[in-house]
Amino acid sequence: MRKVIEVNNLTKEYKLGTIGRGTLYRDLQSLWARIRNKEDPNSIIGKSDISSFDKKSFLALKSINLDIFEGEIIGIIGANGAGKSTILKILSKITGPTEGIIKIKGRIASLLEVGTGFHTELTGRENIYLNATMNGLSIKEINKKVDDIIDFAGLEQFIDTPVKRYSSGMFVRLGFAVAAFLEPDILIVDEVLAVGDANFQKKALNKIESVSKNKKRTVLFVSHNMDAVEKLCTSVIILDKGRVIDKGPTKNMIEKYLNEKNDIRKKFKKITWEKSELNPGGNIVRLNSIETKNSNNIIIEDFLCNEEVIIETNFTVLKKGFQISCLLEFYCNDKLIFQTFDDYINGEWGKQKNYDLGDYKSTCIIPKNIFKIGIIDINIIIFIPPGSYHDSYQVSYPTKSIGAISFNIKDIETFDKSSGSYPFNLNKDAIINPKVDHKIKKI
Amino acid sequence: MKNNKDNWDTIIDTKRSLFDISFFFNLYKYRDLIYMFVKRDFVTFYKQTILGPLWYIVQPLVNTLVFTVIFGNLAKLPTDGLPPFIFYMAGNVIWAYFAACLNLTSNIFVANAGLFGKVHFPRLTVPIANVIISLLQFAIQFIIFTLFLMYFIYSGSDITLSFNVLYLPLILFYVAFASLGFGMLISAITAKYRDLTFAMSFLIQLWMYVTPIVYPLSLVPDNYRIFVALNPMTSAVEIFKYIFLGESSITSNDIIIGLLVTILVFIFGFFAFNRVEKNFMDTV
Repeated sequence: MRKVIEVNNLTKEYKLGTIGRGTLYRDLQSLWARIRNKEDPNSIIGKSDISSFDKKSFLALKSINLDIFEGEIIGIIGANGAGKSTILKILSKITGPTEGIIKIKGRIASLLEVGTGFHTELTGRENIYLNATMNGLSIKEINKKVDDIIDFAGLEQFIDTPVKRYSSGMFVRLGFAVAAFLEPDILIVDEVLAVGDANFQKKALNKIESVSKNKKRTVLFVSHNMDAVEKLCTSVIILDKGRVIDKGPTKNMIEKYLNEKNDIRKKFKKITWEKSELNPGGNIVRLNSIETKNSNNIIIEDFLCNEEVIIETNFTVLKKGFQISCLLEFYCNDKLIFQTFDDYINGEWGKQKNYDLGDYKSTCIIPKNIFKIGIIDINIIIFIPPGSYHDSYQVSYPTKSIGAISFNIKDIETFDKSSGSYPFNLNKDAIINPKVDHKIKKI
Repeated sequence: MKNNKDNWDTIIDTKRSLFDISFFFNLYKYRDLIYMFVKRDFVTFYKQTILGPLWYIVQPLVNTLVFTVIFGNLAKLPTDGLPPFIFYMAGNVIWAYFAACLNLTSNIFVANAGLFGKVHFPRLTVPIANVIISLLQFAIQFIIFTLFLMYFIYSGSDITLSFNVLYLPLILFYVAFASLGFGMLISAITAKYRDLTFAMSFLIQLWMYVTPIVYPLSLVPDNYRIFVALNPMTSAVEIFKYIFLGESSITSNDIIIGLLVTILVFIFGFFAFNRVEKNFMDTV
């Protein structure tokens, strides 16, 4: 395979605080003081040395070395501030490196933001030309592609309307469509697919994929959306605090990244809140605590795979006369694996007894031999029936799927588990691993 | 070793080469972008309310009237024997083009920070497009000027038009070139020193008064002449007056000095601009 990008010892330093002295007045003041051999009025006290002024700095990238080959779709993942966007900015020549050298083969186009430079007064068509010429295409080249672009964006009807009349979705579609048809040798994409509807996201991902596969284009893709990274990328680079932690096959890297991330952010065993208005919830129901217990009623975080998992949720009802139903969502690697419903489902939705004021406990027992080995996260949702999904929920904790509380499912040595004596790993795509009645008999 | 190097199309490193021949090649490659920028600004101009274009007409008229009253009638400054109104207007029209270009160019980084932070293209395309679109303003004001010129000619003033007026494009090119040079230089400085941005309109105003617009060049004493000649706008304004009004005491010496200063400033401004361009985004 041909190497298309070679990054050597790339370092990027940002100065913190004010840059230089910021104003001509102060610079002249310092200069004047030095001419008269007086102390610089702008220097830090005790340090007459000018250069000490600029010492506060921050390394966004620290000695990065990377080789990227033709046809690769590289996902770059990492927490905020890991340096993902900085790498892309340097590669797209928006800012220069502090140290190091980057060598590139072929034409680069970057999509750091959808619809950069779009002018609201111009029509969609005019903006296609403006945006594409900004990326180095000539008008002649665009003439050949403009119909495909309009078609891909699905904007035939509105293409001669000023983009100020566009919905945000149309805006995004147009912006992405232009970038998709730039046909560079290397395409750089920064978290732009977070916008747009699911359908278009899918279309965009497919487009990136097909461009790379059919035409041997290289793609660098930054995203927090692990599903998109997993679907699209052939390999993944993990960045953390300006360093490359690892590079390798997508699946392994995503798992590694999520596990590392989890260790920091996840809460185990039990979380409690002081009884106050800050507890998760609304004006009717508020959470007090969540805990995970084994069948001996002991609060633990590590469960064996052949153990029951009991999740207890304590909440307070603050207003009389409402019905309550509690739902749990179980996540593994940020993917929803299943949901459970409380005994409210035994009756009819919206027609059950009202709750009195006071504290309540919901207990959910997950039978043994259900989960795969790994970390499971739980979200808690409490509904106030009747009403539709959206207007009846009162508690949704946490609001994003990192898990309100988590527990760990561990493997055991004996055969008393779902996979029994199977010596090999189960397919990684399986999300649960229940033990069911499954026998083979001679008939 | 050489072969190895040739394999790569782009090399990004920390070297700040002052002069890079590929720069001009790039600029040429992006000529369509310049066209699109001009088109964009034209469409925006076109879609503006009536007040925007009207301002272009009102501005030189009001300036000219004020100058005529203050410098012509009250201060009684000579105007090389020309009707004061048309004398001031000529200076005003060509100066307004320079001021507009200079203002736009010197503010280029700050005004386009959002765009420059997201996509790379030769930054010089923006000021070049600016000097082209500013021709629109010039054209409007020039038409007003021509109307008044016609009026003065028909009402018997001592003005005769010659084929010298065909030099106009050359003057415009020179003014655009000078404004780009100074603009690039100032933009590189304003990128670092923000306080200069606020001083710009004041500086441009001041600059106008050291340019022979409200007074004729012939009024300048000989021992100050060299300082006035160092100002590239002196020759631009004087030649403009010469080709349309037929009066000026500009000498070829003055023109050569002005031209040399312009070229020097352009080269210097170009280097400064290139240097700032690379890492400007870090300081916004």
